[in-house]
Amino acid sequence: MPQPPDSTTPAAVTLRGVRKSYGDVDAVAGVDLEVAHGEFFSLLGPSGSGKTTTLRMIAGFELPTEGTVLLDGRDVSKLAPYQRDVNTVFQDYALFPHMSVGENVAYGLMVKRVKKQERRERVAEALRMLRLYAFDNRRPSQLSGGQRQRVALARALVNRPRVLLLDEPLGALDLKLREEMQIELKTIQREVGITFIFVTHDQDEALTMSDRIAVFNVGRIEQVGTPAEIYEHPASVFIAGFVGTSNVLSGEAAAAITGSPDRFTVRPEKIRIAAPDAEVGAGDCSAEGTVRDVVYLGTTTRYIVALEAGVDLVVVQQNLTTSSMEALAAKGRRVKLVWDRQYNRSLDGEPSRDNQEVTA
Amino acid sequence: MEPRPVRIGLRIFSLGVMAFLYIPLAVIVMASFNASRIPTWPIKDYTLHWWSLAMHDQHARTALENSFKVGLAATAVALVLGSAAAFALSRFRFFGKNSLSLLLVLPIALPGIVTGLSLLSAIEYLSLTPSLVTVAIGHSTFCIVVVFNNAVARLRRSSSSFEEASMDLGADGWQTFRFITLPNLATALVAGGLLAFALSFDEIVVTNFTAGAQQTLPLWIYNQFRLPNTAQEVNAVAVFVIALTAVPVYLAQRLMRESGGIGGRG
Repeated sequence: MPQPPDSTTPAAVTLRGVRKSYGDVDAVAGVDLEVAHGEFFSLLGPSGSGKTTTLRMIAGFELPTEGTVLLDGRDVSKLAPYQRDVNTVFQDYALFPHMSVGENVAYGLMVKRVKKQERRERVAEALRMLRLYAFDNRRPSQLSGGQRQRVALARALVNRPRVLLLDEPLGALDLKLREEMQIELKTIQREVGITFIFVTHDQDEALTMSDRIAVFNVGRIEQVGTPAEIYEHPASVFIAGFVGTSNVLSGEAAAAITGSPDRFTVRPEKIRIAAPDAEVGAGDCSAEGTVRDVVYLGTTTRYIVALEAGVDLVVVQQNLTTSSMEALAAKGRRVKLVWDRQYNRSLDGEPSRDNQEVTA
Repeated sequence: MEPRPVRIGLRIFSLGVMAFLYIPLAVIVMASFNASRIPTWPIKDYTLHWWSLAMHDQHARTALENSFKVGLAATAVALVLGSAAAFALSRFRFFGKNSLSLLLVLPIALPGIVTGLSLLSAIEYLSLTPSLVTVAIGHSTFCIVVVFNNAVARLRRSSSSFEEASMDLGADGWQTFRFITLPNLATALVAGGLLAFALSFDEIVVTNFTAGAQQTLPLWIYNQFRLPNTAQEVNAVAVFVIALTAVPVYLAQRLMRESGGIGGRG
């Protein structure tokens, strides 16, 4: 189990005030981060948010313009990639095309002059763990995307690094394979107990796999927390919008509901649809409006409701007893939206750039 | 699939092009076996006399040797400088990169007569004695381009993440070059080298300007041809040159094709 970072044992990876600029542009604009041993840690953000650059600075492919990178408490900021005890799974896998699968996996041990006998055993073990034993002698060009992905993993894991860095490794796979690999990755990570730092722009992937997530936006970390913390207590409008769908209300629309113009957010699945004359409980919020659009999604239905205050609210309902016909018939109907007041999340703490750890 | 008349038309056209390219060569090959002193058609008697004459011609043999020396030297220089330039231009960013790339490729587009003339001026300016060495230097100017082009194409296709992956797995700069970069580049370099050698082997314009007393094979052929009663022997040598040039070009083509797939199986 991952241990929470504390002051006695150094974290697996620590970033202190790390900045990377190219000319006038800050790709990473000051990042502080601690990743605990054995943690599955995701760097989540849209493209260009600095998450990959941050990963590359941990690997040593980029040197920070400012700040320090520590592995196990040791400053490695200026060390070359081959002097750092981390390995990377690349987005395009970067398997060596002129080597067989076995040679690819053995490469790290070969250049570090590990004895032949031990090399053979460790390669065999890695191939077995990733179900690649039959492909030992194949060339990477003879493998499918999913198999290449596993070779890239085996090639990195065989070195038993302290930290494994994964740069959007599932991006090139189709949906079904991606979901299988998510589970497989998580299983492998538990088995080997290595710290994983996982870069992704896919919020579902991050929520599914991670122990903790750091959400990146324009070169900074906006929030660090467990998937539940990030989802239920988004620290900013950006996170509320980027992780899942969120209704963000402010000004008059907010005042009409809560009595205060302060900005707040409420998740679509927390809202119930009721008849216009329904009673509202003491602890509940409510808003009246007209169903503007209905999107039937199989397990759920998404309703877009135009409020009288002039904004739209998105409502997601499980299709427990509703049929598609019933759901679609709701279009144009006047409704009252009701939800428990406790699901309103105030966003007025924002911007809280320096405050990383969210207090739940 | 194209309609039938188009296919037939295309086939005739291709045959025409091939005939245009190869009938003159066929004529030389046939003539080298013709027993008659004057070119005749159809050939009445065949002989190996001209071939035997050519093979025992001491001047021709020396010229062939010289051509080999020049070709090998120019290819060696081209391999070192061409691949170094390809590396610099494809792996680093620096000021004037695009201009440098253009300057490197320009010599192959320049008319040989201009290259030859400027090399001759340079040789005189530096008070060098024209010799096989100056010929080899002259040939390097366009041989470098061939190697450079091949190497650059390969490097562009093999992503730099191979090198990053190698470093990431614990290999230092030298190990990465030795185990990853070089093997990936090897077939492109061999192909480039073969083409460079073939180019050098039959070059005559630049050679004419830069050579001293020693002749290369093309120069020997060119001079010999103007003498009376040598046409038949020259034909035999020319056929030999055709064969010798065709082999490296064929090998180079095969090498580039075999390692041509995405990611290059090398």
